[in-house]
Amino acid sequence: MLDAIDRAIINHLQKGFPVCPRPYAKSAAELGLTEDELITRLDMLLIENRLSRFGPMYNAERLGGAVTLAAMQVPKDDFERVAGIVNALPQVAHNYEREHAFNMWFVLAAENPEQLDAAIADIAGRTGYPVFNMPKLEEFYIGLQLEV
Amino acid sequence: MAATAKMAQGPHTAEPAIDAIDRWIIAATQSGLPRVREPYHLIAADLDLDPTLVMHRLTRMLQAGIIRRIAAVPNHYAVGYTANGMSVWDVADAHVHELGRQVGALPFVSHAYHRPRHLPVWSYNLFAMVHGRSREEVGQQVARIAELLGGACRAQDVLYSTRILKKTGMRINV
Repeated sequence: MLDAIDRAIINHLQKGFPVCPRPYAKSAAELGLTEDELITRLDMLLIENRLSRFGPMYNAERLGGAVTLAAMQVPKDDFERVAGIVNALPQVAHNYEREHAFNMWFVLAAENPEQLDAAIADIAGRTGYPVFNMPKLEEFYIGLQLEV
Repeated sequence: MAATAKMAQGPHTAEPAIDAIDRWIIAATQSGLPRVREPYHLIAADLDLDPTLVMHRLTRMLQAGIIRRIAAVPNHYAVGYTANGMSVWDVADAHVHELGRQVGALPFVSHAYHRPRHLPVWSYNLFAMVHGRSREEVGQQVARIAELLGGACRAQDVLYSTRILKKTGMRINV
């Protein structure tokens, strides 16, 4: 279970981490911890998968990459086969099952829009179901901060 | 399809120039920062660069919006947020920009996007991800969004995630 210190670390480090020679010492001081204590705790949180990432979040589109969200309506009895095909593609970064007629939602990331379109066509061709491409037209930004 | 998508317009719209050094730094850090006392020095040593240069480049990429932020990302499920709902809304396209900004500013909304409809099967054009400790809590959050949208909302739904089928970090070849 998370204790009060873990919670404080997660809440604090979601907001940001400094760029300076001793960044852990700086964040630790703000948290009332020692530098080594913060490093050890952070290691544990990552090993236990309480944190899924720690580091720079790159904006793929600003690096010339292409990203989209796609959705499919997959019959229940064919779901696992389709999930296998979708998940096997390296361009698929996340894939979620959701409770809805549109029951499979995945994020695709590729080096350019052409590769993205090719991956979508490939999935549609191999699964036999249409893939609904829902690229973001605008993002309303947002720093994700969950109070834990 | 995707080629027609207009990408998010942040405060920085000019295409940033990244050079070979930036690419090395991106490749070395996109899976995370090392947990050592001097993480930027360690990255610099691995790349045979000056630590000051590495810190300078990271700061520049932050300022240019190439790095959204350097931070920790909690695993929602593992920190108690077991109800993760994708709320979807049908609002007039003419108002989606302003409404999206208002919805995105709500404290419990982690991401909000304007996305294309696929009529007649998908009429929703505004997506807002909400996270709660229970579906009841998410339901209350969705009700607050509905309240904010008021008469501008023509239809809505919430899609709860029931299973993570795949989750790998987004790897960017640079």
